[in-house]
Order: sequence, then structure tokens, then C-alpha cells
Amino acid sequence: MTEVSPALARQFGLNDEEYARVLAILGRTPSLTELGIFSVMWSEHCSYKSSRVWLKQLPTTAPWVIHGPGENAGVVAIGEGLAAIFKMESHNHPSFIEPYQGAATGVGGILRDVFTMGARPVANLNALRFGSPDNPVTRRVVDGVVRGIGGYGNCVGVPTVGGEINFHPAYDGNPLVNAMTVGIAPADRIFLSAAAGVGNPVVYVGSKTGRDGIHGATMASAEFGQDAEAKRPTVQVGDPFTEKLLIEACLELMATDAIVAIQDMGAAGLTSSSVEMAGKGGVGIALDLDAVPQRETGMSAYEMMLSESQERMLIVLRPGREAMARAIFEKWELDFAVIGHLTESGRITVRHRGAVEADIPLAPLADQAPLYHRPIEVAPPPPPLEPVADPVGLGPALLRLIACPDLCSRAWVWDQYDATVGGQTVKRPGAADAAVVRIDGHTRALALTTDCTPRYCAADPRAGGAQAVAEAWRNLTAVGAMPLAITDNMNFGNPEKPAIMGQFAAAIEGMAAACRALDFPVVSGNVSLYNETAGSPILPTPAIGGLGVLEDAAGAVGLALAPGLDLVLIGRTAGWLGQSLWLREIAGREAGPPPPVDLAAERRVGDFVRARILAGDIRACHDVSDGGVLVAVAEMALAGNTGARLAAGPAMSPHAFWFGEDQGRYIAAVADGDALLAAAAAEGIAAMRLGRSGGAGLTLPDGVAISIDELRAAHERFFPAWMDGAGAGPGIGG
Amino acid sequence: MKAGIVVFPGINRERDMAIALERAAGHAPRMIWHRETDLSGLDLVVIPGGFSFGDYLRCGAMAAQSPVMAAVRAHATRGGYVLGVCNGFQILTEAGMLPGALLRNAGLRFLSRDCHLRVERADTVFTRHYQRGEVFRAPMAHGDGNYFADEATLDRLEGEGLVAFRYATPAGEFTPEANPNGSARAIAGIYSPNLRVLGLMPHPENLVDPLLGGEDGKPLFASLAEAFAA
Repeated sequence: MTEVSPALARQFGLNDEEYARVLAILGRTPSLTELGIFSVMWSEHCSYKSSRVWLKQLPTTAPWVIHGPGENAGVVAIGEGLAAIFKMESHNHPSFIEPYQGAATGVGGILRDVFTMGARPVANLNALRFGSPDNPVTRRVVDGVVRGIGGYGNCVGVPTVGGEINFHPAYDGNPLVNAMTVGIAPADRIFLSAAAGVGNPVVYVGSKTGRDGIHGATMASAEFGQDAEAKRPTVQVGDPFTEKLLIEACLELMATDAIVAIQDMGAAGLTSSSVEMAGKGGVGIALDLDAVPQRETGMSAYEMMLSESQERMLIVLRPGREAMARAIFEKWELDFAVIGHLTESGRITVRHRGAVEADIPLAPLADQAPLYHRPIEVAPPPPPLEPVADPVGLGPALLRLIACPDLCSRAWVWDQYDATVGGQTVKRPGAADAAVVRIDGHTRALALTTDCTPRYCAADPRAGGAQAVAEAWRNLTAVGAMPLAITDNMNFGNPEKPAIMGQFAAAIEGMAAACRALDFPVVSGNVSLYNETAGSPILPTPAIGGLGVLEDAAGAVGLALAPGLDLVLIGRTAGWLGQSLWLREIAGREAGPPPPVDLAAERRVGDFVRARILAGDIRACHDVSDGGVLVAVAEMALAGNTGARLAAGPAMSPHAFWFGEDQGRYIAAVADGDALLAAAAAEGIAAMRLGRSGGAGLTLPDGVAISIDELRAAHERFFPAWMDGAGAGPGIGG
Repeated sequence: MKAGIVVFPGINRERDMAIALERAAGHAPRMIWHRETDLSGLDLVVIPGGFSFGDYLRCGAMAAQSPVMAAVRAHATRGGYVLGVCNGFQILTEAGMLPGALLRNAGLRFLSRDCHLRVERADTVFTRHYQRGEVFRAPMAHGDGNYFADEATLDRLEGEGLVAFRYATPAGEFTPEANPNGSARAIAGIYSPNLRVLGLMPHPENLVDPLLGGEDGKPLFASLAEAFAA
């Protein structure tokens, strides 16, 4: 038997002060199982001990918000008695150690967070950041992560409809895998996790418990040293087939009146689900581990409480519903076991082989969880960028930008994700600024996007945080949707370093300002800290998952250009090159402050664009983001296989106008450009004509012509060439 | 049209198929759980796409042993019609109801994208609303769709006119680039000798609504609905 000591507590991630608090709560030395429970519940991953004080600044309410942060996922009303349930969550650390399983179980975990609330999952998205393509490790990680996301999502039959990918050397030792799931449920049939009813049975369903993933939450709460490989046993293994059965079985049970409360067993498995359900309900819980379905023999209480085996749920049933519930899970060939009941003790009591292995009061476990006001140090934003000369000209710069890893075609990735299963995908990946998924049996549709520009956040986390929220709002607007709410996935380095905590605090401040200005509250989220390897942190990456609604799916617009249309740029252009991709890829510098977001203008311009889309005036629309106006036009041309002739821009350096990344701008393709310009002028909104669509190529204002074929060849070169010969991985199926 | 859709654990395109059948026929098909064995009264049995039994062991291998498959075989023997799409096609080959096998895609990756199919004959219950030689678009979404059979079987399929669809360019040409998974002789779908069992890999059921990208798959369902009207 392992001796419990302060040294062992440190090994489990509890510092001396935290361990002293454990001793005070229990009034004795904890058992090994109890130490395990405290260490995972008080890990950064489960307790948010460094981030909680800052997260409170985010606005979380609006008339359409049904459940904000605190539940398994956020819930918003989307009309016609329906609710959208959604959340994004990271699986960063596991995905570096074991890319396929790390990414696959990330998808599985976020799916469970959504269907545990009663929703049928209807869409998956993701936000991925990888190291430099020149780093030999990156290719293996990209290959495994993409296969893992596809392998899991394709099999469960939830379409993967959108996402984003960035490359930067700051992610060399710490890629980010953020997975988002969106589900639909009747607004009056939402299932929550607070347990109630002393004596009610506690039921375990899904897969059996094995020794996989033990202490995964603790692993995810520490930096990597050089020993990342040795942590492979802490990574879970996913089984999407079982998940599919679990979705169907849970939804079948949810159609009855049997469920009091339900929660998935995610990070920290049986421990966090039982502790949180009982704690939220203000009741006690008694568990009998002998009844837990086990995959391996001789498992200890400690191993069962800490296991992160996948595809498991914990349910509190109404009395007398056990037999009916069991029949449903047996039909779906899933394990079903009554493993305990609710008590009035206010304690979690864990019995195994006749002995009490843990007996902990729940209130102090939650209330006395550590909460840190960590010191912050906010770096001043970089000085303004001096004018930068154009070394190459517009045409060559466009061809290089459109081919660079951050802007090139993602078709190689999307082709591995089933985007159409479910039969409701109106706009597939790459077809529009946001994915559009119709709601089965209705005309309305959801618009979905994930966004963040980490290089902006690194230069100025406050501006970058605001920009990430604004870009999500803009992408939803560009398809004609009304943006409703976001989920956030805060990926940062070690919070014990004041500079990192300063990035976090500033990003939150910027996000909060944007959420307030745009009526775009945060309804769910996840924080991933300690994203560092050997002391080197990632770029601050507050990834935003945005959700909006279209009353009529047929009104959604994409970015594909058709011939014979006027191209109009809406929004103000100053020619901002600081932190632009042009500056990085063409001038070879990462410098200057990022483009600021004028939130009032953002809203005014976006509301104007959305109104024109809903009026049917706009045939294609694309927001201007990475790469600026010329890249945006090229993307529209590629999507529609239609060229355009562009007129000279206003009086400023051509490269600043065509490649600057000023915020709050859209390109609209319309039959009548004059009418749109007049409508914009009437509302005091800056707008100007860019040119006219048609032909088989782009004619730039300096007279240079680039054919669509040449653009496409440049755009589609990178991924297939880079990944060619990466070889086969596990299970592609289908 | 009295159509039924067989649902194995892990099947995931049953609702897509139900939507397409209902749009064509005006009423919802019957959903058939894999432990059921009574298929009486059905004109058409559809085995949809997905990952039956997780595709563990081999795609379609376990579903082929399921109780309902004896009933599907009996339905076909009675002269009933059967449509298998994607995993359904894999199951029909595993069950021996269609020849050949679906191997891993030549590129060794799952592929989800639109492909183009050339209609090889337009005189069957499944294709009478298409023209012979017509090319239509259909989404594909599979990792194991590389059709394989020995040369004699391929010769027989071609000789007896049992090739239903081939992967082609939008202009109807057969090129290596247009054959996304490396299928033998670009075969995307085949018939049984009595032309009543059809298996194909791509998903015409996902292209029956202009809002979702087109109606290229609609003629297949219109053909079936017309054949079994009343």
C-alpha cells in the first residue's frame, strides 16, 4: 500500500498549502483514494483555480440564454421552442502525446457534454493550432489529429462542418486541439446535473471502466518537460461506436420521465461526475465500487475513481425506473449498473470490497477548493509600425499568401471529415464564412464558426481577445445569421508566470468588451493552462466558438463569386499592416500592434450587412480577415470559379490597401453596386466599389492578370505536397 | 412505395435515407431494427450508410451475420428489391448478395467530398429517371470504398450489364483522378443478376434538396417511387 505523505501529494499536483487544507478538512491523513479525489478535483483542469476570478468578468446573460456557464454546456433559445446546446473544449496535452487518440477522445468528450443535456448532436467544429510545418514532429501530429477527429466524428455520424487551422513555431511542443459540438433539444426538455432525491439510485451506463487515463486531469494541469512520451498511459482510448450507441440509448431514456440528473464521466471520471452531481444538488452520495462494470480484474478503488475510460455516463433515476432504463441500455448492448444511491449525509462515501475507501464532506471539497489571485504583468503593446515598402508587388504577394500554410486550401483536411451525414448541411466547410446546418423538420438553421488570431493576441492580448469575438460575430453575420452566443476555449501557458496571467487577464478584458458591445454572451467554455513545453509557452489563444441563427436556411449566402456582379467593400480601411500575414510572409517580420476593433463600428457595419443579406441584395459575402482584401477576393473567386477585374484603390500604398487587415469589413457581391453604395451612404457606413466579377482570372489594379487555374494551383499545393507519404494510421472505416 | 430501412447498431445515415425516401414517396419509410425478421409487405429494403458494429473486424462483416440479414436475403429471393448504400453496399458484399469486396481507399484516407457517377444503364427500377451515360454528382464519405473483384467476376459484371455506376469526370470520362478510391474499372455500384439488388458507395440520398447543394440524387428515388406507386 502506498504511503500517503506531503511528498506523494506534491507528486499528485497538490502543493503543501493545499495538502494542509486537505488534512484540515478531513481531520486525518487521507487514504490514497481520497488523496486522488482531492488532487483531481483541485487540479487546474477541474477547479479553474487560477482563472475563476477573471472568468467572472465575462457577460453571460441575454434574454435568449437558457443556461450559461456552470452546466455541462451552454443553452440558448433559437425560436420555435427549440434550444441549441453547445460547448468547445480542449484536448491539447493528450493530442501531443498521442495525436490520434487525443483528438478522437476530445471529440467524444465534447459530444457527451452536449447530449448529456438532452440534445441530439447536429454538428462538430474544431480549432487547431500546430507547430511550424518545418518541424519534423508537426506532420505526424497533424496527420494523427486529423485522422482522430475524422475517425471519431465520422463514426458517430455527426457532421464535422467547420473549423480553423493555424501554424506557428510557438505550438511546436504544444499543439492545440479544441473541439466543439452543437446539439438541438426542445427548450423545455433540458437535462441538468444537480442530483436530487435521497435514496434515488445512482446508475452507471456505457463502457466498462479500465485503467486508462488515470490522472489525465492532473497531466493536463502541468507543463510538459522532456518526458511527454512517458505520459502516454495517461491518454484515454476512444470507441466512437460505443459513443453512438450511448447517444441513442440516452436520447431514448430522455424521452421518458426516468431521469432526475445526468452527467458524463469526463475529466476525472467517476470522481468528478459523482462529486459534482451530488455537490450541485446539496445531497450526499454513496458509491459501491464492486458494482462498477470493470474491463480489467483487480482494479483498486483508487484506479476506478480516477480512471478516465471513455463513453461512460452517471445518471440519477427516479425510484422504480431501473428496470425500464436497464431494458433500453441492454437493447443498445451497453453496460448498466446501479452503483449507489443518494444520501442525506452531505458526504461522498466510496465502498470497495467491504472497506470504506473514501469518506469526504462535499461542501468543503467544493467551497474550500483553492482559488488564486495570481500576480499579473501586462506587457505594453508593441510600438506602431513604421511604413513598410512593398518588395514584390501585388500579384507575386497574392500568390505567395494564398499558398502559405495559414491561408492555403484546407480541402485535404476537410476531405477526411464527413460533412454531410445527417442530411442538413446547407453550407459545407469552405463554402461560406460560417457553416450552416438546417434544423431537421424546420426551415431555420444554425450558423457556426470558430475563430481566433493568436498572433494578434500575442502582440496585444486585449485587442486580440476583442478581435476573436468580433471575428466570430462577423463570420456569422456574413452568412446572414443573427449571432446569439459564444463558447470560449482559453488556451494559455503557465499561469504561475505573471506575464502569462497578464495575457489571460487582458484577453478576458478584450473579450468581455466585445461580448457586451455585440450582445454576444459567453454561455460555456473551457480553460487550458500550462500549455508550455520546457518553459516555452504557446501564443495566447482564446478560441471562440460562435453560434447564430437564420430563420430561413434558404437565405444563407456563401462566398462563391458568380459572374456579372459588382464587388463592394463595406467598412473602413486604413491600411493596417501591423501583425498582418503580408508583413510576416512577404516582409518577413512579426511586428507592430494588431489591428484594433472599433466595436461600435463593428456592430453598425455588421447589422447593415445582415439586413442587406436578408433583403436578398447580396449574392455572395466574405469578411475580410487574414491576408486582407485581395486575399478575400481571391478566396471568393476560387470558391465560385469566377474571376474579377479590380479597380485602383484609394490614395494609400497599394499593398497597405489590398493586404492590410483592418477589422470590421466585408466584401459583398451584388447585382447593383450603386444601390448598395447609396444604402450604405444613407446609414453613414463606409463603402467603396472594388471591381466587377467575370472572366477566368483576377485582373489586378496594376494590370497584372492571374488566372483562376494559377491561383488554384498555388492555393491547393501545400497540404497534399507536405503530407504526401505520411502513411496510413489506425481505423479509417466507413 | 412500401420501403423499410434496416438499422444496425452504428448505422448513421438512416435519417438521411428516410428523408430522401419520404420526399420521393410522400410518406415515411418503416425503420427496421436489426433483430427484427419480418419484412413482409415491403417493396424495397434499404441498408443505409454508417459504421455498423463500429466497422470492427471488417466493414459490414458483423452486420452480415445479423438476424435481419436472413430476412433480407429471403426478401431478395422472393424477388423483392434491395438498395445498399456505403456501409449497406459493404454489408451486401459481406453477406454474399453482391460479388466482390470494398477495400480500403487507394489513398488510405477517409474521403468525404463530391464525386461524379456515370449511369451505366437507365432501364432498371432504380435508374429509369436517369439517362444512360448521364453523369450526376453525389457526396461520398467512406474509408473503404475501393471496389475489388477478380478479373473473371469483373468481366462477368460488365458482360452481363451489371455495372450500375462508374466514377467519372463531370464530362463522363474515366480518368484515374476521377476514380477517388481506386475502384476496379471505376466501379461505384453494381446490380445482382436480376437487377433487383443494387449496392453503391456514394450517397445520392444526400443530394435531393436544392438547398443542400443540388438534386442530383433525386432521380434515383423518383424512379423507385414511380415503380412502386400505389
